[in-house]
Amino acid sequence: MKIGRIDKGIGVFELDDGSTIPMGEMHVVISTDSYTVHPLFFPGGDIGKLAAVGSINDVVVMGAKPVAMLDAIVVEEGFPMKSLETIMNSMLRVLTEEGVALLGGDVKVMPRGGVDGVVITTTCIGVTDKVITDSGLVPGDSIVISGTIAEHGATIMALQAGLEVEGELKSDCEPLTKVIEIAKSIGEIHAAKDITRGGLASSLNELAEKSNVTILVDEDKIPISENVRVYCEMLGIDPLVLASEGRALIGIPSSRAEELVRELRKAGYRQATIIGRVVDRSRYNVLLETVAGGRRILEKPLGEIVPRIC
Amino acid sequence: MEILRKFRDRKLIQAVSKSIEKIAKKLDYVRIMHVCGTHEHTITFFGLRSLLPDNVELIAGPGCPVCIVPAREVDEAIEIVFSGIRVYTYGDMYRVPGTKMSLADARSEGADVKVVYGFNDAIRLHMKDRKKSVFFAVGFETTAPTLAAFISRRLIPDDLMILPSFRLTVPIMKYILSSFDINIDGIICPGHVSTIVGASAWSFIPRISGIPAVVAGFEPLDVMLAVFSILKMILEGKPRLVNEYSRAVSWRGNITAKRYVREVFYRADGEWRGIGRVKRSRLLLRKRFKHLDARSRLSVSVDTGPEFKPGCRCADIILGKAKPTDCPLFMRACTPDRPQGPCMVSSEGTCSIWAKYGGYERIQWHYD
Repeated sequence: MKIGRIDKGIGVFELDDGSTIPMGEMHVVISTDSYTVHPLFFPGGDIGKLAAVGSINDVVVMGAKPVAMLDAIVVEEGFPMKSLETIMNSMLRVLTEEGVALLGGDVKVMPRGGVDGVVITTTCIGVTDKVITDSGLVPGDSIVISGTIAEHGATIMALQAGLEVEGELKSDCEPLTKVIEIAKSIGEIHAAKDITRGGLASSLNELAEKSNVTILVDEDKIPISENVRVYCEMLGIDPLVLASEGRALIGIPSSRAEELVRELRKAGYRQATIIGRVVDRSRYNVLLETVAGGRRILEKPLGEIVPRIC
Repeated sequence: MEILRKFRDRKLIQAVSKSIEKIAKKLDYVRIMHVCGTHEHTITFFGLRSLLPDNVELIAGPGCPVCIVPAREVDEAIEIVFSGIRVYTYGDMYRVPGTKMSLADARSEGADVKVVYGFNDAIRLHMKDRKKSVFFAVGFETTAPTLAAFISRRLIPDDLMILPSFRLTVPIMKYILSSFDINIDGIICPGHVSTIVGASAWSFIPRISGIPAVVAGFEPLDVMLAVFSILKMILEGKPRLVNEYSRAVSWRGNITAKRYVREVFYRADGEWRGIGRVKRSRLLLRKRFKHLDARSRLSVSVDTGPEFKPGCRCADIILGKAKPTDCPLFMRACTPDRPQGPCMVSSEGTCSIWAKYGGYERIQWHYD
């Protein structure tokens, strides 16, 4: 057996959202992640919800139905019991709603200052008969997005900047199970990916690079809520590099893309839309037609994301 | 946001682009320079170069106040902080290398460097910690007035000194226009600086150099209109100064701000990183405020050393003589994560903007 892969499954080298273990006709899909977020509680969720949703989404965008989860929690000594309960309850609520079993876990306490409040690691396990990767785009595909971008990132950045966001901004942290279910029912999905750290810019670059294609994106079509726009403008941050925690990119033949958007909208994903198309590989991963109509390369996020000061 | 939407309206911008194309057909090669990092940000971020005809070039001049602080002055701040005195600095300045290291490196060696967003942050921290400290004051005409107001109103706490490294954009513009090896056909004047100095500060450009100048705002439509206006003046052979940014910039500027600056600082000749000595381009504290001046109080002395790493072309890039893509280090040895020269360190540096927002050459787009 080779380290990093089981048979013809997806392993560590693919750097996909999760890995797969082939089991006859079926595949077990597995993904693990650690979650740290400051602040621990934010409009739209908390670290517990984030930890459950994050790993579920990694499994879901690989085409699997999530079935089980394991967790490991590290708590700072003196952390309020009540807050820990709230965090655990939000995690369990997601699992109950999604029908995912919590099979086991571990809790450790570290001395004060050894860890910032709470750090949670979750591992999610799912099953599927057909794996979706983030490397299967082909020229002629369209890129569909399931909703508005940057809600989570903008909320956290604004809170860290000491701004009041209640009622204005809300994290988009939510499972993508239904989105991918709808996409699978339409069929012919070539690639899927959830948008997380690094934002849309990072996810699009990864999709294009791994699929060896170029993606053309129309910035005007990217759904961004008015409040997120205002905060990003105020903080001098590009929403295209801010994280989401409940949005998917789906690559599907252009002939089926409209249908997918229609079905998603019918199911309540009102902002779902086509944001770009896939063409033969040029020397760039992603080319952006900007809101102003100019054209540039959409780069992977580089350096620290710091608000511009002047 | 409604007003912003208009200044980013694709149809409007494309209409201006068409008009630009029409005029440009009747002109030779036109080189237009701007001197503001935020203008470069707008141009690159919105992909405006791709909306211009092949014979119209937008060149980034010395518009980054952090990039042009001489390595020697960074060394001064480093010497101060290693003598046990705290140094407050802006985030951008923090990572700019001197001849040997940056303030960030100094901090990782245990020196007391604190990053602040503005001078009032420095005062707040100073009042809390009451530690002997120095504020490393960098910036153009825009940042000097705030500090000058604090000094003028005697609001500087004891034991907080100033290391002034301000530079002025009006003198550097004069310097560029009088250089023989830089050929510029029009200038986009910096919008932020102009809110302070007033549009009138640029009237020397058409008068002495005989080329058009437009004070422009920072939305894509602002820049496109400025280009259009410059080309039109070139075509008509009537170079003038036009204030496109009249929603923020007046003819005389901010009188109060200018008064504070005049009261507290005097102009001296100053070194610019990669450029050399520029007449009356630097602000230093007047005699009656010498007690605040870190240089005279701490008798700082540093050796000179190389301003740039071998291969780094920041000097040419700052002056608009080269593009970031002309530099052998750009996106190879020098990236936003591992910057080698000041233009890649500062978020207002041309290299950093091109790296983050895909500037490079005009994008080939044959997919329509």
